[in-house]
Amino acid sequence: MNLAAREYVDKTVKQLIRITGLIVILILTGIFLMLLYNTFAFFRHIKPLDFITGTQWNPSGKIARYGILPLLVSTCLVTLGAMAIAIPLGIGTAAYISEYAGKRQKNILKPAIEMLAAIPSVAIGFLGIVFVGPFIAGATGLPNGLNALNGAILLSVMALPTIITVAEDALRGVPHTYKEASYGVGATKWETLLKVTIPAAAPGIIAAVMLGVGRAIGETMTVLMATGNAQAFPQGFLQSVRTITATIAIETGEVPYQTTHYFALFAIASVLFLITLLVNVIGEHFVNKFRKYHSA
Amino acid sequence: MVDEQIILSAQQVNLWFGSKQILKNIDISFAKNSVTALIGPSGCGKSTLLRSFNRMHDLSPDARVEGQFLLDKQNLYAKDMSVTQLRRRVGMVFQKANPFPKSIYENINYGLKINGVPKSERDAIIEGALKESYIWDEVKDELNKPATRLSGGQQQRLCIARTVALRPEVILMDEPCSALDPLSTLKIEELIIKLKKDYTIIIVTHNMQQAQRVADKTVFMYMGEIIESGNTHDIFNNPNKELTNNYVKGKFG
Amino acid sequence: MKRLSPFIEWGTLLFCTGIVCFFLFVILYDIISRGAPSLSWEFVSSQPTNGMTKGGILPAILGTVLVTLTTAAVATPFGISCAIYLNEYAVDSWLTRLTRACIRNLSGVPSIIYGLFGLALFVQGLKMGTSLLSAGFTLGLLSLPYIITTTEEALRRIPASTREAALAVGATQFESIRDVVLPTALPGILTGVVLTLSRAAGETAPIMFTGVAFYINSPAGYLNQEFMSLPYHLYMLSTQHQSIEVVRPLAYGTALVLILVVFLLNITAFYIRYKHSKNGG
Repeated sequence: MNLAAREYVDKTVKQLIRITGLIVILILTGIFLMLLYNTFAFFRHIKPLDFITGTQWNPSGKIARYGILPLLVSTCLVTLGAMAIAIPLGIGTAAYISEYAGKRQKNILKPAIEMLAAIPSVAIGFLGIVFVGPFIAGATGLPNGLNALNGAILLSVMALPTIITVAEDALRGVPHTYKEASYGVGATKWETLLKVTIPAAAPGIIAAVMLGVGRAIGETMTVLMATGNAQAFPQGFLQSVRTITATIAIETGEVPYQTTHYFALFAIASVLFLITLLVNVIGEHFVNKFRKYHSA
Repeated sequence: MVDEQIILSAQQVNLWFGSKQILKNIDISFAKNSVTALIGPSGCGKSTLLRSFNRMHDLSPDARVEGQFLLDKQNLYAKDMSVTQLRRRVGMVFQKANPFPKSIYENINYGLKINGVPKSERDAIIEGALKESYIWDEVKDELNKPATRLSGGQQQRLCIARTVALRPEVILMDEPCSALDPLSTLKIEELIIKLKKDYTIIIVTHNMQQAQRVADKTVFMYMGEIIESGNTHDIFNNPNKELTNNYVKGKFG
Repeated sequence: MKRLSPFIEWGTLLFCTGIVCFFLFVILYDIISRGAPSLSWEFVSSQPTNGMTKGGILPAILGTVLVTLTTAAVATPFGISCAIYLNEYAVDSWLTRLTRACIRNLSGVPSIIYGLFGLALFVQGLKMGTSLLSAGFTLGLLSLPYIITTTEEALRRIPASTREAALAVGATQFESIRDVVLPTALPGILTGVVLTLSRAAGETAPIMFTGVAFYINSPAGYLNQEFMSLPYHLYMLSTQHQSIEVVRPLAYGTALVLILVVFLLNITAFYIRYKHSKNGG
């Protein structure tokens, strides 16, 4: 190929790649715009205040109710429960892997955690029905075990790999000099871990928790399958609940196009989007803080 | 002094990165078949100047160049000057050896291939370039070995071979020995002196002894300006400026 | 603080690790031990019969393969090209940094929201209907941020001097990307793509309203028709079937096949990564 042709190809490809890049960016911003547009359409029918403060979600009732509170509380309840299990287990496991495990154990543990991360959520939801549900029913005497507790247990399993991986990175990132200084003044391994390593890795650990929360809040299939999906306002961990994601999954299939109900689902999706965005942005902020702190 | 043929020159050159001026009023010219050393403390702009001779700054969008660069009376930064063509004529050897992650053979073949050298001629050129760069004897039996497995000095000589295979008019060298051991450095210096016969060489170096060993001319730069330039012997033994004297005597830098 | 004995300290952390491993063990043990009896050549090679209570899951396997291939066809070229744009061509400005931040955060957006977007854009907006194509495009969008991010990471690991080496021998920028940058980054890019596809293959929420169906008549669907898929099949068998207890063995079998498919893709990705790191990377 002669020089002119080569330089022509170079220029053309550059333009082509620029165009595809811009298309991708446009489509991805389209997701945001689509949510926004449909949410505004929803607020033409329903007052925002009624939406935010309403304690009833019943779009197909005689008088349709679009209160997000029961869904939001359900989502928070399940996520909170999941974090109560996943945070201590996740940080403990991360600390074990980074501080205690030998090379051989690491070579088994790390792939095991990647394997856990790879299991599709629908399979974990399935186990919620056939395994965790009967177990909870047996232990509590309830007719079935499809409730918030079941969802929380499953979500903790979904969030664990994220928490462990990010927290382990953070703990491993703490400079050796810190630990050596601590050993130097006579601290034990445990004291060093609690008083030096974990505080030094704190931003990274907070990031790990945030990303875990983000994962749990956005999960659909596990909660859809395991929490029973009752429409009532959630009362506690042993009651059936219905999260935002489950509501979207259940109702989107049956609503007619561009009705108030249809727009309502986009409105709760926007709320979900904003929450996960906030959680992820906070998580990312702490990741960057940790990096900056230790590279300086 | 005999009549020198000027092959490359820069006149009234100013260069900025963003709002920071890196090069100020640079006037310099290079004679054919000579070795010129650019010396000066870190950050004085010598590498930046070197890289502007083959337009390596084109990829940094915040770089802005003013002034005139002439290669054989052609303006380097003219609109109709093909940067691809220019880089073939002005070759470059980098600070850290950067062979392609391909075989030894492919490393040299690549430049020939994209520049349209017929396949039948390439083997001979590759052998010639490797011989010219004093590395043929070490690699002739394993041309298909990945270049990344060679030692640092061998990699750098391979990079020189890759450059000379394209028969450039000028070779730019950006501290080519800074990552090498003394023995490899010596080999490369011998090579530079030998290459002078066919090429014009501009070398940036931090090593005063190296400049004295290889360079005919030396240019001393400080804070983006050329302070003094002349025959290497004069610059190192009786410089005109106090600043130059202090630098070459090792009082700063 | 009162000092615990080193044994208890170590034991506490080991206990946490043990529980996590126990979770994995329970999941795998339950699905494998109860799914394996359902597994047979007939199960993976035949149509479901008798209202899903007998027969196999061939259409669901084919559907998952097809929709994942569609996802790959959409997301790989666009994702890689977008990453090349960001890393090789785009000027480093606040706009590019914002774009990068958006793309990173989009990978944290719940998959069900992609499902809604797919419904609004492909199914209704572009009138593609509920179809394999709509579902594949939706999963493609979901996969884009992951592919862009991992590709960019692979490109960023290549030092600037490698690009300059190609430019210095007279290559155009495109030639340096095509001949030097991409081949060097390929293992990293491939690992990211395959991992992303394994995630897409197991996703249910984004395809629920964009094209998946519980039952279709033909073994392999067409691009413009609804299709069956393994994760959705598992969901329906375990929650929506009228005789759930009867089809439980089939559900276990489906779960096992799904996990095998996903693990196979994961192992492929790790193999690529391992082989690359062994070659001195």
